[in-house]
Amino acid sequence: MDIKKTKLNENYDINRRKFLFGGATLASVAVTSALSFKSKAETLSLDIPQHMQTPGTQSAEYGVPSKYEVDVKRKMENFYQSAIFTGGLTPLDKLNGVITPSGLHFSIHHNGIPEISSEKHELLVHGHVDKALKWSVNTLLNYPMVSKIQFLECAGNSAANAVADSPVDGSCTSIHGQVSCSEWTGVPLKYLLDEVGVKPNGKWVMCEGADGGSHVRNVPLQKLYDDAIIALYQNGERVRPDQGYPMRLFLPGYEGNMNVKWIHRMEISDIPSQSKDEQSLYAEYTRDNKLHQFTFHMEVKSIITKPSGQQQLPNKGLYEISGLAWSGRGKIKMVEISVDGGKNWQVAELEGFTMDKSFTRFRIPWQWRGEKSILMSRATDEFGNRQPTRSEWKSKFSDFTINHFNAINAWEISKNGKVSNTYV
Amino acid sequence: MFRICIFLMITMTFMLKSFAVENIKIVTDGGQPISEKELSKWQYTIYPDGRNLPEGEGTALQGKAIYNAQCMACHGESGNNGIGPRLVGKQGYQNNSKNVLMTMSVGAWPHATTIFDYIRRAMPHYAPKSLTDEQVYALTAYILNLNGLIAKDEKLDNVALSKIQMPNESIAINMWEQEVNTQK
Repeated sequence: MDIKKTKLNENYDINRRKFLFGGATLASVAVTSALSFKSKAETLSLDIPQHMQTPGTQSAEYGVPSKYEVDVKRKMENFYQSAIFTGGLTPLDKLNGVITPSGLHFSIHHNGIPEISSEKHELLVHGHVDKALKWSVNTLLNYPMVSKIQFLECAGNSAANAVADSPVDGSCTSIHGQVSCSEWTGVPLKYLLDEVGVKPNGKWVMCEGADGGSHVRNVPLQKLYDDAIIALYQNGERVRPDQGYPMRLFLPGYEGNMNVKWIHRMEISDIPSQSKDEQSLYAEYTRDNKLHQFTFHMEVKSIITKPSGQQQLPNKGLYEISGLAWSGRGKIKMVEISVDGGKNWQVAELEGFTMDKSFTRFRIPWQWRGEKSILMSRATDEFGNRQPTRSEWKSKFSDFTINHFNAINAWEISKNGKVSNTYV
Repeated sequence: MFRICIFLMITMTFMLKSFAVENIKIVTDGGQPISEKELSKWQYTIYPDGRNLPEGEGTALQGKAIYNAQCMACHGESGNNGIGPRLVGKQGYQNNSKNVLMTMSVGAWPHATTIFDYIRRAMPHYAPKSLTDEQVYALTAYILNLNGLIAKDEKLDNVALSKIQMPNESIAINMWEQEVNTQK
């Protein structure tokens, strides 16, 4: 800890010297300008930006990012050459803070995005209940709600690092972009379950989407009572079509595929129905040839987003190593950073308030002196769960298992400042 | 409009200063009853014990013709050589390919009832829910036959399908239940 503090202070001192020097320069410019000031007959010099000489435009009804930010977009992907089993990856390396803008939230859908009217949509709850009930969207919009800022991660996020024999040359977006964080607002499911009255043998809930393929995942009833919501809003506005408009199931900390979009039906049962995705795509083969089904939690994980894969450090000097940490079990307690491939670790600053099953932004200043470096981040959650090394993770699963890869990731910085994905 | 019944349970708590703490229990009642008729149209999720399997039957021989017309374009002539997910064989890398999506196979699914459920709700990929129950039985039989699990003329119906034992059922572990039981 003492070492960390010393280094932080050094960096802050460097910053302060730069600031003081910069201030001195500004002052001298001001003096020079005053000496060459124009005569009263002239207008203000035209040697200033055009946008300071012309009136601007008015706001749009729904604002969009600057046209100079068109490169900040999701990286599209498709699976099995399908036109409807597609997705979009969050550009983590081009964003900051902890909130993912709704239009950049990762999205994977197996049967395309259905067009559903909020007016006509209903949610049905039936099965092992005292009385089967349905709710219109408008009814639920008037129910008591909760809001939480929480992450959502695809079980298959970072799959390339899980299975590729040698590290793929990819960006943070392309390797790790199946995770995002939003403020989700909706109706706690416990209210609806209390209304229908769950029978004692009710234990699992078959949750079905209203998309073309009627996507199904089975969720333990206990999770629905615990902290699950029917999400109607994302980041303050109604959930967007590719996130499940008019409503989606949101299960904090559970793998993305279970957060059923366009949810329209929940059948309470004694056993899971064993849906297609529970058979193999979202199950894991282990090294000792077992098939792990119903592995729900996204375990503790972190990613350095800055600097990250395929970026170029322009020159030696002061940088900030920053990234995101999260755990499907609870809050992040600590993130450690190594710049020498895991030989030494320093504790990074966790920014602001660390929230339950949410993104936590970490930052630490770093002086790059032009040497080859390997940057790694290692997160620990409030229950003491810590990210495994890649080899520890690989020792548990089969060669081709892609899901729930939460091992420590590493970026190599070459002597000329090129950042690339690597294994340690 | 719905109404929310709010039960106020007011308890007095004495701490350093005495003040009232209100515990408000929210009880909603906006749900509308679903008629039996409406419910019946949603009883199509198949469970591993065969629950909700419809009437009807089919054989692999009947399934082959439907497969060739509706499925082969994506899944390939032999069910494991198309662009779509593999239907035949065990899990694992195929030949020298490093395509992880092709390491999975319907033949390695732990439950056979899921094959019927998924074909009926989601296949063909671009025309979901366009097959009759008899066609779905025939296609399920065809996939099971390609995996060597039933004979090509064996009739598959609700009873027969719920008795099919998939090779990987014995290696499947419900990890959530295991974790909950460990905590107890």
